[in-house]
Amino acid sequence: MDQSLVVRNMSMTFGGQRALDEVSMSIRRGEVHGLIGQNGCGKSTLIKILAGYHHPDPGGEVEIDGQPVKLPVPAATAAKLGMSFVHQDLGLLPTLTVLENFRAGAFSTESIWFINWKKERRRASDVFGRFEMSLNPRAKVVDLPALQRAQLAIVRALDNLAEYQAATGGHGGLLVLDEPTVFLPRANRERFFEVVHKSVTLGASVMFVSHDLDEALAVTDRITVLRDGRVVGTVVSGETSKEKLVEMIIGRRLESYQAARHEHSANDGQASVADLTGGSVEDVSFNVYQGEVLGLTGLEGSGFEEIPYLLFGSPPGKQGRLTVAGREYDLASMCPPTAIKAGMALVPADRQGSAGVGSLLVRDNVMLQVIGKYRPYRLDRRRYLRDSHTALNEYDVRPPQPMMDFQALSGGNQQKVVLAKWLLGTPKLLLVHEPTQGVDVGARAQLFDIITRAAEGGMSVVCATSDYEQLAGICSRVLVFRNGEIACQLLGEQITKDRVMEACYLGDAQPCPEGEG
Amino acid sequence: MTGDMLTPSAHEAGQVKSGRRVGDYVESLALVMAWVVVIVIFSILAPDTFPTLRNFQTMLGTQTTLVILAMAVLIPLTAGDYDISLAGTMTFAGMAVAVLNVHGGMPIGLAILVALTCGLLIGLINGFFSVYIGIDAFIVTLGTATILLGLTLWMSASQTISGVSQWLSDWIVVYRLGGISLEFYYGVVLCAVLWYIFDFTAIGRRILFVGRGANVARLSGIRVGRVRWGCFAAAGIIAAAAGVLYTGTAGASDPTSGQTFLLPAFAAAFLGSTAVTPGRFNPWGTLIAVYFLVTGITGLAIMGVQTWVQNVFYGVALVAALTASQIVKKRRERSDRL
Repeated sequence: MDQSLVVRNMSMTFGGQRALDEVSMSIRRGEVHGLIGQNGCGKSTLIKILAGYHHPDPGGEVEIDGQPVKLPVPAATAAKLGMSFVHQDLGLLPTLTVLENFRAGAFSTESIWFINWKKERRRASDVFGRFEMSLNPRAKVVDLPALQRAQLAIVRALDNLAEYQAATGGHGGLLVLDEPTVFLPRANRERFFEVVHKSVTLGASVMFVSHDLDEALAVTDRITVLRDGRVVGTVVSGETSKEKLVEMIIGRRLESYQAARHEHSANDGQASVADLTGGSVEDVSFNVYQGEVLGLTGLEGSGFEEIPYLLFGSPPGKQGRLTVAGREYDLASMCPPTAIKAGMALVPADRQGSAGVGSLLVRDNVMLQVIGKYRPYRLDRRRYLRDSHTALNEYDVRPPQPMMDFQALSGGNQQKVVLAKWLLGTPKLLLVHEPTQGVDVGARAQLFDIITRAAEGGMSVVCATSDYEQLAGICSRVLVFRNGEIACQLLGEQITKDRVMEACYLGDAQPCPEGEG
Repeated sequence: MTGDMLTPSAHEAGQVKSGRRVGDYVESLALVMAWVVVIVIFSILAPDTFPTLRNFQTMLGTQTTLVILAMAVLIPLTAGDYDISLAGTMTFAGMAVAVLNVHGGMPIGLAILVALTCGLLIGLINGFFSVYIGIDAFIVTLGTATILLGLTLWMSASQTISGVSQWLSDWIVVYRLGGISLEFYYGVVLCAVLWYIFDFTAIGRRILFVGRGANVARLSGIRVGRVRWGCFAAAGIIAAAAGVLYTGTAGASDPTSGQTFLLPAFAAAFLGSTAVTPGRFNPWGTLIAVYFLVTGITGLAIMGVQTWVQNVFYGVALVAALTASQIVKKRRERSDRL
């Protein structure tokens, strides 16, 4: 019995769509097994089936340490069955102590009338010591550095397996790590992997899900690649390469890039960013030309998604300079009012939380930027309502109803309202982040149209998105980020879904067209 | 009644108006209807004493302190902050007027000015700790409320101070218009001013966005901290004005009774949020709520019901009204989804 996890013929159908199609894979005892693939390939679905969130189609089978598992996996019993999960957000309560987090599961399931804190503390210290971690059980999680938080989450997950190991007499169990390193500083990852390897020596096996191919190659023994809900293959990590993996992920052979020159000359630069550092972004410089839609993309955590917010001063960066329409601004002291005065507009991805207030009227949401222009008396108020109605019609918001609550609109129409709100103020530089997330196909095309038209009208647009099709659809130029830096630039014809994807995974490994800055 | 019900020019009225449904109008008038029902019931039960001009003049002319304090509560509440020090500010300012005028011999006009300035300062201090230090406003104002109570007791040596200038009382309760004390009109005027600011000015819209979605407001370039601070300051001044009025009503100031206004003021603000523009704190709704509550309590008093019932009436009215509006809201959300 040397298989830790066996999955056979697992399928999962969502509303007629196959998210998983006859997936079979196995993880050997004591192995670190990578699971990779692009967004929507089915890895999350598979993990959620194992965790008991999803009910798979009949016919699939799961075995753990040779024991068949009843499907669907009953909720909250995964640990008893020998599976323990660490998700991207780590699932720690920041205001509680290390010890309270470590034993959270036990406190909720065991009937304890009296908690012997001294004993618990000693036990926790023992476990931490075994992993050579210097975790203080009394420290608050919020005060821990990112590495220690991640370590704590793993140790806790392993500790949850202890019960299972006791029941089965010793070893076994599966630890599922679902992109645990996204929020971890790069320099700390080596230390983190040590813990992963250590957990294998305790008899557990590890399923390691990651976007980052370097990371997956470094830490795993074998890797299974999923594409469109199917297993493409399983390879031995030591006998493969990044290029081979990318081919498996995107399903075709790589072509080499043709370096191209961009047609813009320096003096039609509308905006330029110099030496921007902040968040996970490091020393980034680029230009945005007048009338252009510049795409920013990369893998999750690569820093591209932070750029619009850093330019807008929310939060401000550590350093950097921004020039808009000939005026220079210090990005370390940027704030939204200054950004707006400078002619910038930000359409954030979080539509209900940051872009519009759901419980207020569409009218007030769409007019927020221009409300100062209306003098407060009755007649102007009529004009205010009429103008909001005109704006809704112009941007084809359906229904064009100023007096309804913002939250009653569909996602696509909400986004039109948010775009209309900013475009009423005619900005020079429009920053958008994931503008079509959760938007239906029809509205998506309309949103593209609004953005493209704004650019044709002379506006500069920066669009940060991980939607590669979107980049191909609307961008004239795309900057691909990797590790907080611009890895390469794609222009015009080069911007296809597949090429952008390759660039995201491989970035600097491939010959790239000329970078910027 | 509010701008949200304004109809646009004729040709698009049909289109735009359909955003509000008949149910919305019913809901916005529900509290007024409840008020009418209460009046009718007591008029039937006590036909000789309740439905008299004198009684209505009294009911309208005696609640202004609560009205004005509730207006003060409304402002930070709209910006998303609970200021529970406002009753303390009111008592402190009322006592300041009495002490300065009676013990200090200060002219009453100047004493009022000093009291209002104190209100402003208290508001600025609350704002400083809530906005710039970042402590939850509820906790900050809990602290300042306790401090103010202490200072009020110190200032008055825990005594009621009487003998405040007759001029103040004259202009608050003695002079009447249409048989109702002038103070009633002060409350209505303040209510109208706040309505104008909330509904007709850009600053009113900004306060609303700050209260409902601070993050949206911030990313829209609104200086959220400044708006919140301004709301604390305005509320402080208005609460101090309520204190001046309270002292003028009695011609004297006692150091503790003002505290009992805190919960009714919040109750009126919340009850008012079920009326006129449902789901939103609003001055007219709050005004109606105060007079609805006082009508019920006066009626009960006339019926000879013991005073403890009044508190029960207050509490039941508040919970019942908010329950009803919550049920309506949920039902509407369900029908929106279908």
